[in-house]
Amino acid sequence: MIRLTPPDPFGLYTNVVGHWVILVVGMVLVVFVVLTGAAYTVWFERVELGHMQRRPGPNRVGPWGLMQLAADGVKLAFKESFAPSTVDPILYVLAPAIMVTAAFLAWAVIPFGIWQGFSYWIADINIGVLLVLAVGSMNAYAILLGGWASNSKYSLLGGLRAAAQLISYEMALGLSLVPVFMIVGSLRLQDIVDYSVHWGPYSGPLPLVILAPVSFVIFLISGVAETNRTPFDLPEAEQELVGGYLTEYSGLKFVCFYLGEYVNMITVSVLAALIFLAGWHPTLGGPAFLSFLVKVVLFLFLYIWLRQTLPRLRYDQLMRLGWKVLLPVALANVVVTSVVLVALQ
Amino acid sequence: MADEKESQPKLQNVLQDVAGLATGLRTTLGERFKPQVTVMYPEEKSPRSVRYRGRHYLRRYENGLERCIGCELCAAACPVGCILVIAAENTEEHRVSPGERYAKVYEINLLRCIFCGYCEEACPVQAIVLGPEYELSDTSRERFVYTKDMLLEPDPRQQEPIFAGGRRKP
Repeated sequence: MIRLTPPDPFGLYTNVVGHWVILVVGMVLVVFVVLTGAAYTVWFERVELGHMQRRPGPNRVGPWGLMQLAADGVKLAFKESFAPSTVDPILYVLAPAIMVTAAFLAWAVIPFGIWQGFSYWIADINIGVLLVLAVGSMNAYAILLGGWASNSKYSLLGGLRAAAQLISYEMALGLSLVPVFMIVGSLRLQDIVDYSVHWGPYSGPLPLVILAPVSFVIFLISGVAETNRTPFDLPEAEQELVGGYLTEYSGLKFVCFYLGEYVNMITVSVLAALIFLAGWHPTLGGPAFLSFLVKVVLFLFLYIWLRQTLPRLRYDQLMRLGWKVLLPVALANVVVTSVVLVALQ
Repeated sequence: MADEKESQPKLQNVLQDVAGLATGLRTTLGERFKPQVTVMYPEEKSPRSVRYRGRHYLRRYENGLERCIGCELCAAACPVGCILVIAAENTEEHRVSPGERYAKVYEINLLRCIFCGYCEEACPVQAIVLGPEYELSDTSRERFVYTKDMLLEPDPRQQEPIFAGGRRKP
């Protein structure tokens, strides 16, 4: 196992002021990068959906439509902040705030990589994955509270569905990662990325998808369900529930939910790339950042591709898949992996 | 519904489902690389048929004389009454059309017009025709009353005619 300590060429980490300056600058940068990333994920999604329907997608605002999201953002930000008179005034505002906060909180521990001797992450804690999962499940509160506070039948149904769905898939998501933790022996994301093997002539970082393919599949499926995306987008099923928990939201509060959804989507993609595809280690060559980016975009494309292909699951199908397929398979995966690990010792 | 699904999933069924999923994914990815069908509208326009009924034109003869003889048959044929024709006599020194009379005033209210093409059927000299132009938006109602100057096609001695043989050239 390779352990890299953050290099400190200018003695900045030993200086308290310098440490905090770097930390704040880093946090601002991360928020900026993730915000821009979410905006361009929306653009990427719209273009890809368009191409798969044999139309060009947004291509008017700016070159290749790249400024489309800026235009949409400005439009939404300047919209009247309208709230129905019957809403719960505190929870109605709190729900989108929780959504966007929880979405960004996960990025505190996500490592972007080690490049040119510098390490790019904000916090390096030894239970990184656990924190990401814990914070990632907080969007259930946001959706449930938003659905409840809106005081509308569609919102409430959307919120209830979201809560049930997130609880069901949370289990499979968490359990799917347990074999990975057992193989690596650490919950630190950096350790998982740096997991290396010495197999005969090959010695170096290994994408864990090779050692834990079942975990990978379960993680992908539960990840789609966790982020409420098609085919698991029951909480906001437009055809039956108008907009689910989003029905009564508009303007900036809607942006918060929408942004949160896309940041969560990126978070799950990044997590998949870090845990299962060796993160920034150039699996197929190329510089570290590019390698990482390509892997993340690959997962984002997979998400969009699934959305274009699959129709929404029925509610009982969703529950059956979660409790009767994914959860037993994840448990069996844990048992089998531990038996194999013990046998190999 | 629940009873039939209650039985344990067989391996064969699972494999079939996975194969179905792969077929769906292959279909969408295949569509991704097929040519797009969108017409980039303001830059390119989809072709209109030669019999398309857009805004009206008043035609001329090859020697530059107006075809319209001010008979008002178009106004009579118009089901919504959007055409106003006021005729005047041709004189030797001021000849506008080959007949006895010509249209001194010729106005079409395009907001009323339903583009049925009855005027062009009624016209005995094929003076009024419906052309290919359909982008007729404007900012005030007054500007939708098209006058004779706007409807008349340019003099064919100075400019290539828009219509040949009563129809727009394909």
